[in-house]
Amino acid sequence: MRVGELSDEALRAALRIGLVIETGPFRFRIISQTEEVFRGLRRLYPDFRLSDEGFADYTVQVDRVPGVRSVWRPQVTFKFDGYEPFMPLPADHAYALLEWGMNWCIGGQAHHYLLIHAAVLERNGRAIVLPGDPGAGKSTLTAALALSGYRLLSDEMALIDRDDGKLVGLARPVNLKNDSIDIVRRFSPEAVFGEAAKDTHKGTVAHLKPPTASVQAVATRAIPAFIVYPRWAADAGCELRPRPKADAFMHTATHAFNYEVLGSTGFDLVADLVDRCECHDFRYARLPDAIALFDSLTQ
Amino acid sequence: MKWLQSPLLRALRAPESMEQFSVQDWDLAVRQARSAGLLARLGLSARERGARIHLPAGAEKHFTALDCIVARQHNAVRWEVHQIARALASTNAPVVLLKGAAYAASDAPAAAGRTFNDIDILVPKERLSDVEHALYVHGWLVESDSAYDERYYRRWMHELPPMVHLHRRTTLDVHHNLLPETARIQTRPDLLIADAVPLPQWRNVYVPSPVDQILHSACHLFHEGEWGHGLRDLFDLHLLLTAFGRRGGSGADLVQRAEQLNLTMPLSYAIRCAVAVFATPLPEGTQALLAGRMGKRWMDGVFLRALSTAHPTLRATGAGWAESALYVRSHWLRMPLQLLLPHLAHQAFSNKQKAADKE
Repeated sequence: MRVGELSDEALRAALRIGLVIETGPFRFRIISQTEEVFRGLRRLYPDFRLSDEGFADYTVQVDRVPGVRSVWRPQVTFKFDGYEPFMPLPADHAYALLEWGMNWCIGGQAHHYLLIHAAVLERNGRAIVLPGDPGAGKSTLTAALALSGYRLLSDEMALIDRDDGKLVGLARPVNLKNDSIDIVRRFSPEAVFGEAAKDTHKGTVAHLKPPTASVQAVATRAIPAFIVYPRWAADAGCELRPRPKADAFMHTATHAFNYEVLGSTGFDLVADLVDRCECHDFRYARLPDAIALFDSLTQ
Repeated sequence: MKWLQSPLLRALRAPESMEQFSVQDWDLAVRQARSAGLLARLGLSARERGARIHLPAGAEKHFTALDCIVARQHNAVRWEVHQIARALASTNAPVVLLKGAAYAASDAPAAAGRTFNDIDILVPKERLSDVEHALYVHGWLVESDSAYDERYYRRWMHELPPMVHLHRRTTLDVHHNLLPETARIQTRPDLLIADAVPLPQWRNVYVPSPVDQILHSACHLFHEGEWGHGLRDLFDLHLLLTAFGRRGGSGADLVQRAEQLNLTMPLSYAIRCAVAVFATPLPEGTQALLAGRMGKRWMDGVFLRALSTAHPTLRATGAGWAESALYVRSHWLRMPLQLLLPHLAHQAFSNKQKAADKE
């Protein structure tokens, strides 16, 4: 059964007691009485499977903060088993808060994987890891690749299984900020977005619905083939330049959420990843050029 | 109380009960254990039972994830102790590791699956300024929120304000006593230091003797106003008491030592709560020797309610009330009224100020 098969009433009822959805290897139990979360899941998660097994990895809740202030300034808070890691946010940021909270759960707990701050896409069995410094245009490129037939594994976090070194997908929505939202809308008329949350600490934020095919194939692990460091610049052409492996190693290790927690396993996993991959710096100005270049890489 | 029958408590009290756990029980047990800081220990206990238990798909990953954290923290603690020993070598002062650091450095049964927030050490009061200076020279700096906090610690408390290492950002609590100078109960840190057991790996680094580890743990838990880690700390006590009895420790040793250190009151509370929550097996004769001076029985209900704040699904009725009552009690025990009232007034005002600053 998938989220899209639930009627509006059934989805609302499930969210009251806890809707358990599968995103790749994780089962999230989501509890929320907010309309924002209901509408976000309705629009962006129809292809995700529901789990009825009774065991969820993480139980999360996004709900209104009670109190008199809710009359003139309603706020929402994220709870992980009663613990609130973030300050409350304005009520219309509820869905964005849920997505951030879910990332926080994985980033802080899922140490059975090496977790790297990077997007992952795959084509023809070859996976591309896109680590991105903020503002480098990683999410825009990820959205464009996903809308061009690449399989989306993840937008924020690359998960590497400790046992087989393969990339594990989540296929959750792509988080886009500010100008990127319109750029991606213009890039593809097929892009479906959730409601934008304005004036967050990251500016305006909206989530792109992951392609149905990516969600359906989420259980298929991918073999890493490329680490590409994208950087968008208005005056750039479209060029790929090899990055020394030692440099890629250091960058990956410092951008892993749990490199230190994993100790020597973390070292081995990063070394193995960098060993297997071609590593490149990539500068681009136009998305179609970038897609064409990735097409030739993953032939 | 109903929360004592929840999956986590059943699993910790009687590990064989995990053999009958349903998927829903596991779901709750993992959530409750994670909140209580007991997930790694639940994982160890579950996997010890091997094929006799049936974990739902995906549950074991959470245990292995915690194994990584525990391994990393234990490694870090040993490294930190090594650094502290080096920093303090020139002072020649004995350093006694307390609580988690003591369990980890001496590989005690309470170490398995234990997670930490910081490291606690005890040094003789007359060596305190040498120790602080040596730590300062080696990169540990006092980071207190305000001049008031710093004064409050230095004048009234049994420890320095927390010290944070400049590069590693690790937190170190340096104690010179087990309880504040102003506390209603005065204990004998000198006796604890005199009986401490040296660790062979380092010079001048000790852990409290097994019986003193029990007493310090009890004293810490039943004098504190913070119950966020209460259930985990009580489980420490359960493991310490069980190990003490198993190694032939007698109730007479325990109670006599409690009298010497003037810690009979926290020991009786600790023992009654551990028995109520974890059905802890006690060293021979303990209860008979403590009979008659067991502290106030009605207090047990307050402690048990405060322990139930470990997870929202455990919360007993009145848990919030119990928590605030114990917060006030901890201050009441900590200092006489003429010091307490101005302090609480200052805290209330500065918390309000902090909240306003956050807005």
